[in-house]
Amino acid sequence: MITRMTVTNIHVIDQDSAYDFYINKLGFTLVDDIPMGPETRWLTVSPPEQPDLQLVLFPVKVSKMFPKETAEALIALIRQGVFGCGVLTCNDIFATYEELKAKGVEFIKPPTKEFYGTEALFKDDSGNYFSLQPLNNFSHENGV
Amino acid sequence: MQQEFDYPRVYLYRRVVQAKLFIDNHYADKIDLDNIADEAYFSKFHFIRLFKSVYGKTPHQYLKAVRIEKAKQLLKAGKTVSDACFLVGFDSLSSFSGLFRRMVGQPASAYAEAHQEQQQQIAHKPLAFVPGCYAYQHGWLENSNFEETDR
Repeated sequence: MITRMTVTNIHVIDQDSAYDFYINKLGFTLVDDIPMGPETRWLTVSPPEQPDLQLVLFPVKVSKMFPKETAEALIALIRQGVFGCGVLTCNDIFATYEELKAKGVEFIKPPTKEFYGTEALFKDDSGNYFSLQPLNNFSHENGV
Repeated sequence: MQQEFDYPRVYLYRRVVQAKLFIDNHYADKIDLDNIADEAYFSKFHFIRLFKSVYGKTPHQYLKAVRIEKAKQLLKAGKTVSDACFLVGFDSLSSFSGLFRRMVGQPASAYAEAHQEQQQQIAHKPLAFVPGCYAYQHGWLENSNFEETDR
């Protein structure tokens, strides 16, 4: 029986820039930042109230994992904003929106009432996008 | 282009967020929380109530939490307990130590020691801190003794 998700990937184009975005802008907690050679590091972060879920800020560059064509295609798709990386929840969507906007986070959609609740969409520094929703969007009363 | 829009009480949200960001940026200074309320054009009571409804803490509680969080980062970076205490804006080492212990669950010195120990282990054997599947996919296991077995 599967019990929990513990580690997942966010493919990023530049790890230094991703560090700044996820730590200093989103306010995530740094879990590991371990050098693994001259140009690679094991870089993971967690949402502030979810220390047991590690998001790997996974660099897309030519490597054993990504042949040149694959890396270039993946980087182009990330920059196009093709990949949605999930839903991030917050206590107050309007305050969170104002704070992230003040820190320079680019929103694709401001907080908007949808049939499933209130939602905003923002992009990370690479081009991945996230849905931002208040915790109460997920209550059974909303039918979600 | 990002579209501007209005939602109920948008100006109140913006002022509370500005106050929070002020604390984030000036936690090491002597912050007068009454002044923050004044600058936000709120009565002190109204300001505290709104701040708490958004962030789950009063401004004073939030300031303490930010200072302790920054102190943890400084201790991890190798600062001494007294350096960490004064660099994040505390005047008294004893009040810092007591608050750190209450909020983190262990004394600041023990926290620093545990982290230094972990850093040494990471420096000694970094792959032990990375899931093996990732290390394998990245090719980090090559030229390492990570896969050594007794066989």
